[in-house]
Formats: sequence, C-alpha cells, structure tokens
Amino acid sequence: MAAAVDVPVVRVAGGRAGDDLRALWVVWKRELIRFRRNRMRIVTSLAQPVLFLFILGTGLSTVISTADHFNFRTFMFPGVLGMTVLFTSIFSAISIVWDREFGFLREMLVAPVHRWTLVLGKCLGGATVATIQGAIMLALAGLVGVPYNPVMLLVLLLEMMLTAFALTAFGVMLAARISDVQSFQVVTQLFVLPMFFLSGAVFPVTKLPVWLGILSKLDPLSYAVDPLRKEVFSYLSIPPPIRHTFDPGVSWGAWHLPVIFELGLVAIAAALMLGIAIQQFSRPA
Amino acid sequence: MTQLETPAAARVTAATDLAVVAQDLKKNYKEIEAVRGVSFEVATGEIFGFLGPNGAGKSTTISMLCTLVNPSAGSARVAGFDVVADQARVRQRIGLVFQDTTLDDYLTASENLRFHAELYGVARDVVPTRMRQVLEMVDLWERRDGLVQTYSGGMKRRLEIARGLLHSPAVLFLDEPTVGLDPQTRSHIWSYIQELRRRERITIFLTTHYMDEAEYCDRLAIMDNGVLVAIDTPEALKGSIGEDRVELHTDDDQRAIEQLAQHFQITAQVSEGAVTFHVPGGEQFVPRLFAELGVPIRSIRVSRPTLDDVFMTYTGRTIRDAEASSGDRLRANPWMRSRGRR
Repeated sequence: MAAAVDVPVVRVAGGRAGDDLRALWVVWKRELIRFRRNRMRIVTSLAQPVLFLFILGTGLSTVISTADHFNFRTFMFPGVLGMTVLFTSIFSAISIVWDREFGFLREMLVAPVHRWTLVLGKCLGGATVATIQGAIMLALAGLVGVPYNPVMLLVLLLEMMLTAFALTAFGVMLAARISDVQSFQVVTQLFVLPMFFLSGAVFPVTKLPVWLGILSKLDPLSYAVDPLRKEVFSYLSIPPPIRHTFDPGVSWGAWHLPVIFELGLVAIAAALMLGIAIQQFSRPA
Repeated sequence: MTQLETPAAARVTAATDLAVVAQDLKKNYKEIEAVRGVSFEVATGEIFGFLGPNGAGKSTTISMLCTLVNPSAGSARVAGFDVVADQARVRQRIGLVFQDTTLDDYLTASENLRFHAELYGVARDVVPTRMRQVLEMVDLWERRDGLVQTYSGGMKRRLEIARGLLHSPAVLFLDEPTVGLDPQTRSHIWSYIQELRRRERITIFLTTHYMDEAEYCDRLAIMDNGVLVAIDTPEALKGSIGEDRVELHTDDDQRAIEQLAQHFQITAQVSEGAVTFHVPGGEQFVPRLFAELGVPIRSIRVSRPTLDDVFMTYTGRTIRDAEASSGDRLRANPWMRSRGRR
C-alpha cells in the first residue's frame, strides 16, 4: 500500500447552472456510449423497419393500385421512418426500467443534482439515438424512389428529432410507473403497436370506417407521421386524385391541419410528457 | 484555484463535530414498522456500525440518512445538514455503497467513475488525479478500461467503494459492504476501509450482519426489530456481559449439567457437542470445576464473550436464529421497489 497521499479537495455540485448542465450532458453521453457499444441493438432495431419496407411494402405493392405513378414502398417510406423513431425512442426510454432493475438508476437518483436534469438528459439521449437510427433509414431513400434532396433530408431529420424527443419523453413517463422488466411487453402491446398501426404509417387512413378514423385522429403519432409524408410527397410528381388517396393529411372535420400546426401539437405533447416524467421522478419516497 | 473552494475541514459545519445525528427516527411502510424510533450520534472520523439480522431495519435507517427515504417521524442530520430540509447538501457530502450493485455493466470502470464525477460536479482539473487515487487504492487502476460486466463480484464492490469516495465525501455509507463475497475478498475490502480512514479523515457508517466485521468498528449499534438495543464500542459491549463462556467435554454431559445446577447454581446446556455455560471470571473458575464437579473432564475451553454472545444477551437469540425467523421481507430496499407500485 502506498503511503498516505494528499487528498485533493473536491468541490462538488452545489446547484449551480453549470452543475446541472454537466449532469445533463453526462446522462446524454451515457446513452450514446451504450448505443455505440451495443451493435446488436443497432442491427436488430433496423431489421424491423427494413422488413416492413422491403418485404411487406413489396408484397402490398403487388395488390395496391398506385396507377404506376409511384411504388407503394414510397408511400410506406415516411411511415417506416416514423416506425424506426418510435421503436428506438421507446426502447431507449424503457431502458430506465433496466437501470432500475440493475441498480444504476439509484446511482443517478442519489446525485446532488436536480432530477429534471436526469430526465431531460435521458430524453435527449434517447432522442439522439432514435434520430441516428432514423437517419440510417433515411439513407435508404433512393432504393424506394425518394430523391436525395438536401432540403428534404434536412426537414425530415428535424421532424424526426422532434418526434423522437416526444416519444422518448412518453416512454420515460411510462417507465416511471413500470416496476419490472416484464411489464415492458405490456407497454409494447398496449401502446406502441396500436400507436404504430393507427398512425397511417403502413396504410392510408382516408377511407377508414368512422371508429377507426377517430382512433387514428386520437393517435399522437398520426401528427408526427403526416408531416414526414407530406415532406416526402412534396418532392414527387403525382396527379392530385392519387395524391389525395395516399397523402390525405389529417383533418378535424373540414379543417385540414397545416404541417406547422401538427408539429406544434407534437411539441406541446412532448413538453407535457416531459413535465409529467420530471414530476414523477421528483417525488420523494 | 477558485473552484476548489470548500476546504476539507469545512465540509462538516463548524457548529458540530458530529457526522451523523439521528433523533427518534421512524419509518413505517403501511402496517409494517420498519424502524421504530432510533436515536444515535456518530463522531467525525469514526467507523460506526449497525449490526443486526436481515430485516432489522438497518437498510431503511441508512436509506433515511442518505435522503433516499423520508422518515415517517423524527429527524436526522448528516454532515451538519438536515436529511429532509437540506437534501441536496447532504447528498453532496456523502458517498454511498449499496448492498446491490449500482454500476453500469456496459461501461468501463473509468466511464463509471467519470459519470459519477460529472454527476457530482467534481472540478474537472482534479478528476484525473482523484480517479487514479481511488482506483489505485482498490487495486483497479490496471483494469480501469475493462467493461464492468467482465469484473468479478469482489472487483465490482471495490469499484463501488472507489466511486463512493471519488467526490471526497465527509461520510461514506456502506450498506453490507462485503455481503456475498468470499472471506479473502472481505478481508481485502476491510483493509481498504482501514487504509481509507487513515488517509482521509472520513466518517464511515456501515451496516453488517457479520459478527467478525462488526469487530472492526469503533462503535457498534445493535439493531433488532426496528429498535437499537445497545450501542457502544465492541469491547465495552462484550465487557457489559461480564461473563466468559466455558465449554466442557466430559465423560457424562448429563451428569455434569446436573452437578453444575446443584453445586454451582449454573444453568448449562449442550451446544455443538459441548456443555456450555457463562460465568464471571471463567479462568478462576476452572480449578474449582476440576475439584468439585465430580465428573471426569476431558477438555475445557474458556473464551471471552464474542459479539455473538452480546447479540444473544440483548436480543435473546443468535443472529442466525434471528435471520431464519425474520425472512427477507424488508431486505430488498423498499424504496426502489415501491416507486412503481403506489
């Protein structure tokens, strides 16, 4: 054993803005380190959207008439972007349940920092990871007849970021209430899959029966998928009737929601869920 | 260096030299009274131990002191600050090592420590020095870039101790620091803890249900069923019993017990194959025994009371019996579990 050494005097976090930022940054960074280190996760979470796009999409394109103006896979592409972001975000958020199971959550919760920094860091980390996954899918655009237009790619990326953040916040909010890993299945079946199917990601929601149409409008993901699709379709030349079928937009009664309004809804939902998540994690035991 | 402003001596406020003060601390979980009013003080620089069986309320008490659980009643101050009103200040000044690991397996040891340093706002320019210092202390410096998932149980515990020290806390809480580890690793960890006390003027508060570990403490509080039944130095506790343990092997144990009862008014019983009883001044008693027992004695052993005897005297049962009856009802830290259920 070494002889007695000088112990450096350590100043610890004391509620300064800088301390909160450092905590926020390191929680975000941990998400990225874990993402980078888990190659299997990157591959598996890309496999699903790729299967949907190229197998389900190709299969459906043989029976759904687009009058040869575009391939059905092109229709599915924005939906699949939404799907990638959805699954990755929720998975990142739910990792809090694992953190709790394996104890690491406690290391975070006992730190002398405000809880909001931890929750926000987690949400930003999950959103970053989901956006990276979305960007990888975005790279496949050319394979399904979507042009590589820089402006379009940038807009899609920004929209995915916002969506990813909202969905991670949603997941973190749920994770605060989930005490064991098994319940994760319940979340997937009860929230994630219905949200995905109702959002118009895989089929157009124009001619749905009334009850399904209402459910679709209640699905927050609808308002995130629609802007993605509008953006992609604005770079395709399609006659109006077909465009109306495949890119109908979301309307409340006679009012067609403008994209900016839809994105506003997503942003408001994100803020609301982030607020609830922070409040959940700030409760004393 | 302006960011290194808090000198070590000021970490405990000048008003007190007590690292921990608890007053009538209570915690109920629904109908279960986990802690039923405990009061004690721990001086700065002391190694203070909570000894008791699983389920005695040790972990709950430590959780309250660490601001993880709000007391149902009573109050406590740690490093000079109230654990409820001044939660953040308490947290800055304490290091925690839980009985279950709280490391991120997917990160390396260095990354785990760096995460901690950022979370605790340790000044950037001291982080490398301090990291090296704590890692060398627990002999993990060479393995710092290994993923924690490749570590053994003992290495993980050492890393947790290193991490708990990283921000130079005034009080280090160790909840069952060596549970589940082999004896060699346990004694290793204890040598770190003692080294630590020598190097850094730190208060160590630990819980244990190992008697041999309790011996390392300066002072010991015995906890059973949510209350403190005794609190003193291990020596004084053993001394308070005042009686030595005598173990006899005889040709006729049954007759020896009868003789002891009739002749010496001593109640003895056969325990682990030996006639066992307690008398004051055991060594002086031995010659009388040979002269007057009237049963051939094959061997005799006199021992000073152990903490096992202390525990038995104060609670009426051995710690092993207590464990067997209490079950694991309160062992899992209720705080983490209850969060999702309420």
